[in-house]
Amino acid sequence: MDILDLTAVELGKKLQAGEVKVREVVEAVFAQIEQSEAQIFAYVTLDKEYALREAERVQAGIDRGELTGPLAGVPVAIKDNICTAGMRTTCSSRILENFVPTYTAEAVKRLQDAGAVIIGKTNMDEFAMGSTTETSAFGVTRNPVNPEHVPGGSSGGSCAAVAARECYFALGSDTGGSIRQPSSFCGVTGIKPTYGTVSRYGLIAYGSSLDQIGPVGKDVTDCAVILEAIAAHDEKDSTSLIREETDFTSALKADVKGMRIGIPKDYLGEGLDEEVKQAVLAAAAVLEEAGAIVEEFDLSLTEYAIPAYYTIASAEASSNLARFDGVKYGYRAKDYEGLHQMYKKSRSQGFGSEVKRRILLGSFVLSSGYYDAYYLKALRTRALIQQAFDRAFAKYDVILGPTAPTTAPRIGETLRDPLKMYLGDIYTISANLAGLPGISLPCGKDHRGLPIGLQLMAGCFEEKKMIRVAYTYEQLAGKTVR
Amino acid sequence: MANTISDETMDYVGILAKLELNDREREQARRDMERMLDYIDKLNELDTTQVEPMMHVFPVKNVFREDVVTNSDEHENMLANAPRVREHAFVVPRTVE
Repeated sequence: MDILDLTAVELGKKLQAGEVKVREVVEAVFAQIEQSEAQIFAYVTLDKEYALREAERVQAGIDRGELTGPLAGVPVAIKDNICTAGMRTTCSSRILENFVPTYTAEAVKRLQDAGAVIIGKTNMDEFAMGSTTETSAFGVTRNPVNPEHVPGGSSGGSCAAVAARECYFALGSDTGGSIRQPSSFCGVTGIKPTYGTVSRYGLIAYGSSLDQIGPVGKDVTDCAVILEAIAAHDEKDSTSLIREETDFTSALKADVKGMRIGIPKDYLGEGLDEEVKQAVLAAAAVLEEAGAIVEEFDLSLTEYAIPAYYTIASAEASSNLARFDGVKYGYRAKDYEGLHQMYKKSRSQGFGSEVKRRILLGSFVLSSGYYDAYYLKALRTRALIQQAFDRAFAKYDVILGPTAPTTAPRIGETLRDPLKMYLGDIYTISANLAGLPGISLPCGKDHRGLPIGLQLMAGCFEEKKMIRVAYTYEQLAGKTVR
Repeated sequence: MANTISDETMDYVGILAKLELNDREREQARRDMERMLDYIDKLNELDTTQVEPMMHVFPVKNVFREDVVTNSDEHENMLANAPRVREHAFVVPRTVE
């Protein structure tokens, strides 16, 4: 068997048993990258020399019996909006093309401490603004399942790298579905944790009240193990939570007897592709057969989530991206007169069009005269959406539905119409507005062979319920739908 | 009702956003914003008069810690990222005559 076909956890066991060495694994991953990367373009930056040095360090740790965890020696890819000391971090933007962080994000540090070997930084929509990984300043990532199609986004590089076996797992970030939607399109598994579960220290901010780092892996077990490794309270992030139960792997049980699963009727309506709908309902039937109580219900307010989300996310982005001014780091325009023109020219030349579109919209909705009508209105709507989920989770352990309305579109198809692109986020953004955890895992393929994603959401802090349902489904049907 | 954004508002938003757009970009941005605002106006269907704005997922409170330096001196590495540096400082255009 090819070692690249192993999951992260399976590989970790072989490394602990001494059946394979870290260096061999790193070499195998880079050989695969050499073969497929020219077509896929999952990575913005690769560092083989660093990875081989790390392999020596980790191998020594394993040999001494110091690194005994499941991720020791396993190659990982990091989304390029997560800082890595000494390794270029670009957010797939010209404005940060040459930025080398002086510190490492807390989530990455925790992986390094666990012995994971970083091999590179993955491509993304510029500043995580997009749903296709086509807004990257450095090129389009292609879907490994079918290179004529997008991998989804914004963590498209992370998901494509896992799907193409160019790493064993990856970190992504999810502001409105950016882990779950590309996981769905690439046929991999991804988790967006409860807001505040994983430290955002070192994550270059987009929408600070929405952003969460999370795992992308080959299956539910890998994702639970990775999440367990990166979830921890961190003093360096003031929104980081102190959580007691982060033993997510304890939920890897194939048992859903008596669990209550709700399917929002609003998630099965207009705009949903028929093949996606059938695959998702078939998944629900598998869980019902296994003893879960499954029913449809009215979640309500779904149609208001997208306008609320784009108002809030753009507002926060306009504020967060004010720091890119061409002074302390990043791109500076060549010709300018005076300080203000330097700011304006540097930003106008350094940012791509989708980023500028959101900064402008965000500046508008925050400006005096429009603040109440747009920004506060969106925040009030956000409160109503959270209340609707509170009501739903009083009745159900888990909410089940599609991750995205369609399978992966063709390259170039979505980008022409921004509003159409935004509508593709309809099932994922509510979890960010309400802070909820969500997972996407494969539940079938359409007639073209493109993966379909099943999304499960749970109440805040209830990842374990969601992981248990996902794991049960994967055990019962997962291998056949891949 | 369809939103229309005046030239003055476009100028004002450009100042706030610190972006300089050429005529073509500006017209495109205006059309995109008008279209997004038409869409966002959908929120007006909801009565939110009794609803508090939700600033954060969980109740927000200040988080304090002792003011102790825990990181090492990254002076040179940080300056290495700057577009222009002189004598251990960031260089910007003259702002005071």
